[in-house]
Amino acid sequence: MPLQLLYGIEAAINGLMTGVMYSLVALGFVLIFKASGVFNYAQGVMALFAALTLVGLQNGQVPFAHLINTVFGTHLDRFGWHLPALLAILLAIGVMILFAILVERYLLKYLVGQDPIILFMATIGLAYFMEGFGDLMWGSDIKVIDMSMPLLGLPDGLPQGGSLWIEEHTQFLGDERFYGFFIDKLDIVGAGIAAILVISLMVFSRYTKTGTALRAVADDNQAALSVGISLRTIWVIVWAIAGFVALVAGVMWGAKSGVQFSLSLITLKALPVLMLGGFTSIPGAIIGGMIIGMGEKVFEFIVSSSWFGDAMGFTLNATENWFAYVLALLFLVFRPQGLFGEKIIERV
Amino acid sequence: MKLTKIAAYAVAAAMVASPVMADLVFPSLSYRTGPYAANGTPVADGFADYFTLLNARDGGIGGVMTNVIECETGYSTEKGVECYEATKGEGALIYEPLSTGITYQLIPRATADDIPILTTGYGRTSAANGDVFSHIFNFPANYWNGASVAINHLLDLNDGDISGKSVALVYHNSAYGKEPITTLEVLAEMHGFDLTLLPVDHPGQEQKSQWLQIRRERPDYVLMWGWGVMNQVAIQEAANIRYPMENFIGIWWSGSENDVIPAGMDADGYKALTFHAVGTDFPVFDDLQTYVVDAGLAAGTGEHVGTVLYNRGMYGAMLAAEAVKVAQEIHGVADITSGMMRDGLENLVISDETMAAIGFQGFAPNFTVTCENHGGPGLGGVAQWNAADQTWSIISDYSQSDMSVIQPLIDADSAAYAAENGIESQCN
Repeated sequence: MPLQLLYGIEAAINGLMTGVMYSLVALGFVLIFKASGVFNYAQGVMALFAALTLVGLQNGQVPFAHLINTVFGTHLDRFGWHLPALLAILLAIGVMILFAILVERYLLKYLVGQDPIILFMATIGLAYFMEGFGDLMWGSDIKVIDMSMPLLGLPDGLPQGGSLWIEEHTQFLGDERFYGFFIDKLDIVGAGIAAILVISLMVFSRYTKTGTALRAVADDNQAALSVGISLRTIWVIVWAIAGFVALVAGVMWGAKSGVQFSLSLITLKALPVLMLGGFTSIPGAIIGGMIIGMGEKVFEFIVSSSWFGDAMGFTLNATENWFAYVLALLFLVFRPQGLFGEKIIERV
Repeated sequence: MKLTKIAAYAVAAAMVASPVMADLVFPSLSYRTGPYAANGTPVADGFADYFTLLNARDGGIGGVMTNVIECETGYSTEKGVECYEATKGEGALIYEPLSTGITYQLIPRATADDIPILTTGYGRTSAANGDVFSHIFNFPANYWNGASVAINHLLDLNDGDISGKSVALVYHNSAYGKEPITTLEVLAEMHGFDLTLLPVDHPGQEQKSQWLQIRRERPDYVLMWGWGVMNQVAIQEAANIRYPMENFIGIWWSGSENDVIPAGMDADGYKALTFHAVGTDFPVFDDLQTYVVDAGLAAGTGEHVGTVLYNRGMYGAMLAAEAVKVAQEIHGVADITSGMMRDGLENLVISDETMAAIGFQGFAPNFTVTCENHGGPGLGGVAQWNAADQTWSIISDYSQSDMSVIQPLIDADSAAYAAENGIESQCN
């Protein structure tokens, strides 16, 4: 096979994998938008906060230590424990459930019936609050995530680095200049987790009583209220699930770079995915992510290559950030509701 | 009653008659929040703690207490300018913005306001020409020095010949990241190596395309001009494609503990440039522990003391404090103005004696600032990360950058700035 074609395929595969990582963030947006019509701007910060909480609890960090020390002159830092990853995950899930309850009780409850833009603005405020709160609670240092779980066959934590097996078994496709396909093991794990998440969410949504209630609220919250479904309970459930999804996204992205405040910016990568996949479709978030990821990587590969430069007289680099949006906008021209979004028909 | 009144009048008269000693004000445009907080916090802590030390141990500088006013920029250029405008009226003596973007915006403002700016290892490189940039100082080294020192290191590794070698520059796609490109292009032509440019957009959380390209093209060396999350991701991606870490060299802003610790043992052998020492093996740190950390006066928890970025913040504060001493001596007053501070910076001499007197001996190279040369000697060293010990070790001497290449670039860029802004020679 021609070398450039192999490289192009490699870029496409890596794009698909990266796109799935974008989808992990986009999923949280979809869940909340589906159930409440709220575009939750705070989803990226939720991923950051969840990951910070997970690492903080695992490392036995004293929450608000800096604040307490400043006010009371103490020297608190750590409790002195290091929790197993599974226990830390469970505790972090608990914190995200508590967070969902608090958001419903102190924010959403007062905004029932308001315009979507009001709810959107409230989530912007929530994002800023949580970012500051997370900083005050856990500090701004970069934290290394430790996901070693011997019981689950991960004694060294989440795998990193290219898969040697794939490299060795694909080398035959090219000549001696081809090293085999590079695929990051972490991305493979991410893709597996995303698949499990999507299947679980779809099964939950379709085959459980709570899932049916969620879908009822998503379809028509007034009708759902009239048959006795508690909107407030549903909102807590959906924000808690979105919090769990945020935790997964935070862990996966945090494993790449350490848990740090730039994690909140992964929202920027989720937006074109949502535009393309639609705001109301769980599979749409995954497919959208894969299209965006593959599109941006293949485009970057083409326009930065020397043969493109020879043909066109110029090359382009660092195109991924803007190209993702251009791609999403192109799709929007033909399907304004996104690939899998529901067509909104309003009678006037 | 009468006695009380007399006493009150006496106190009032004394207050009017004696000179009022205001604080020496050092605004700190810090970023403890936002995506770059992990790097901004230790620098701001080091900067603040050194002035706290001077107050607690020496009673300030020349008998005048220092006052650090922090203003949070979040590494945003707009907020940085707002912070400048909000704090300059407080008697600000000097600004150290810790951001190339903010520096570019402040250059004309601060010059007009007669307030000096010190950008140690960042900012506008051609500001080294003091004949044009009267109020901007970027000693002891700038980005172009860094580019040259990196290439000199590669020359050392290859017995002085890197012709035919390939070097890739992975850089933050911003004013900061683009700074070394011109110098590297000139050096590439001079030494005959191939240079590939690989920009990474802010914030740099995703760099798969760039590292797949590096895997495909296998450059002999990779240089990095990164900041924040871009550094951690780049080092992890380099490890993922099994790029040899000893051939991967970052600028000094890509060489802190923050950048290498997330990659764990995979980061072992990674190199970064530096213009000052790391660790706490200097007498000043004993005083810092006693007077600041143990006394509960530290800006942070004290856990950053001795790290690369903390030391850099402290070094910036030390240079400012030494410039204050020079200014006090030149003008014969303790309570100096920002204009006097500029004179102090322009006549600063950092020698073995200076460094020994303040407990910094061996911390950084000596240099002398002049009216023409605001950039210092341009010396840089190479540090290497030991992942097992979690320590940086300086593996080279502080070597001279190639000024025969850099000086013409500085002259050309500063001349263009002078022509654009109608600036006449400041030193004649």
